[in-house]
Amino acid sequence: MKVVVDQDTCVASGQCVLAAADVFDQRDEDGIVVLLDENPPARLAEDVRQAAAICPALAIRIEE
Amino acid sequence: MTEAPSFPMTRGRCPFDPPPELGRIRADEPVARVRLWDGSEPWLVTRYEDVRAVLTDPRISADSDRPGYPPPSPGIAARRRQAKAFINQDDPEHAAGRRLLTADFVIKKIERLRPRIQQIVDQLIDDLLAGPKPADLVGAFALPVPSLVICELLGVPYADRAFFHRTSKTLISRDVTPEQAVAATEELLGYLGDLVEKKAADPGDDVLSRLAVEQLRTGKLTRRELAAMGQLLLVAGHETTANMIALGTVALLENPAQLAGIRGTDDPALLANAVEELLRYLTIVHLGRRRVATEDLEIGGQLIRKGEGVIAATDAANRDDTAFPAPDELDLRRKARHHLAFGYGVHQCLGQPLARVELQVVYGTLYRRVPTLALAVPVEQLNFKHDMVVYGVHELPVTW
Ligand code: SF4
Repeated sequence: MKVVVDQDTCVASGQCVLAAADVFDQRDEDGIVVLLDENPPARLAEDVRQAAAICPALAIRIEE
Repeated sequence: MTEAPSFPMTRGRCPFDPPPELGRIRADEPVARVRLWDGSEPWLVTRYEDVRAVLTDPRISADSDRPGYPPPSPGIAARRRQAKAFINQDDPEHAAGRRLLTADFVIKKIERLRPRIQQIVDQLIDDLLAGPKPADLVGAFALPVPSLVICELLGVPYADRAFFHRTSKTLISRDVTPEQAVAATEELLGYLGDLVEKKAADPGDDVLSRLAVEQLRTGKLTRRELAAMGQLLLVAGHETTANMIALGTVALLENPAQLAGIRGTDDPALLANAVEELLRYLTIVHLGRRRVATEDLEIGGQLIRKGEGVIAATDAANRDDTAFPAPDELDLRRKARHHLAFGYGVHQCLGQPLARVELQVVYGTLYRRVPTLALAVPVEQLNFKHDMVVYGVHELPVTW
């Protein structure tokens, strides 16, 4: 699984961090998403898919 | 042609369920014309996937000044014309306004407030228990918790709460006149304008001070623009969470088996899950997210024309069984994180991390510390907020 985030469309809602804190973080200065792990392990796959599904800005894309 | 049903619709017997007619519309005619107070007939969108589509479509605008935009009441229409914040703007203005505040709501930062929120909650429960019973849980607890927190965060003196509780109540009432709404807005904007000017001269460690220094002093934003932003944060920051605390308590007391499941726990994951489910089940922002189409487009198979109003019914979507099995059941263990109670799309609630922490602390503390908490009147006698844009109870008499 490969994860891609778009920092320009992110609205800093933090939903991705709640869903998968090992994969997503927020920048302190503005809350914009930071990708911690581009290729998350399989055990996190479901959480990462959920993060992509609940991101209100559609800023997370998953390539399988 | 049959006449479009009027909106909002009336609720049925269960005070927690959306109006039954909304469910019928979702099943039969997912994108339907409804008639508003002003005689206009915007589209009502009720299915989960369609609501998400509306709220993420760049051809659908949140700009309340556009012709065709469907305001919830004459008073709210009037006050939005008078002072607009980013919630009623589109990008790039919306993004620019919102970005000024995102740093204050980063999850890590909000988590650092948790001990202080716990302290506030514990103190208010001490006072409640030491006071007479029955007590009004709204006045004694549900409103003070988020009010105190947002006041500290923004740097608004809590001593002035009687003033801004009164004015914000007017701002979110549906049955006040445009004159009353405009007068209350001017009062609150005047107050917040004075406050940001004071903070520009003598800043403290709070959000309004930071904005005053970065935006007012540098001339990037005017006193009135900053006051409008402060107003949005202050009103949204306490009304919504206060209603979630009070109405959530009613829902839990009416579902004792569910309440039992969280009363004894200190498992943060279970509490966090329970909060998401209560947000979904109650969807207190219950009059839909209001929008207007800026181009012809199709939603759920229905053609919507440029300039037509669109109401995305997040309460109906949160009870759609394609997204939540057995949606009318309150089940604190279900996976409900994809609910739309905070909205969806770029306008999704900015303050949601704060609301979550407040509710987690409250639900994790109140029922544990007051295990015998009970309604002091039958649920049928409660005065539910049908007249407000945020649903809840006006008062909540409780005993223990
Ligand atoms: S969920 Fe989406 S909008 Fe929210 S912080 Fe993550 S990437 Fe940004």
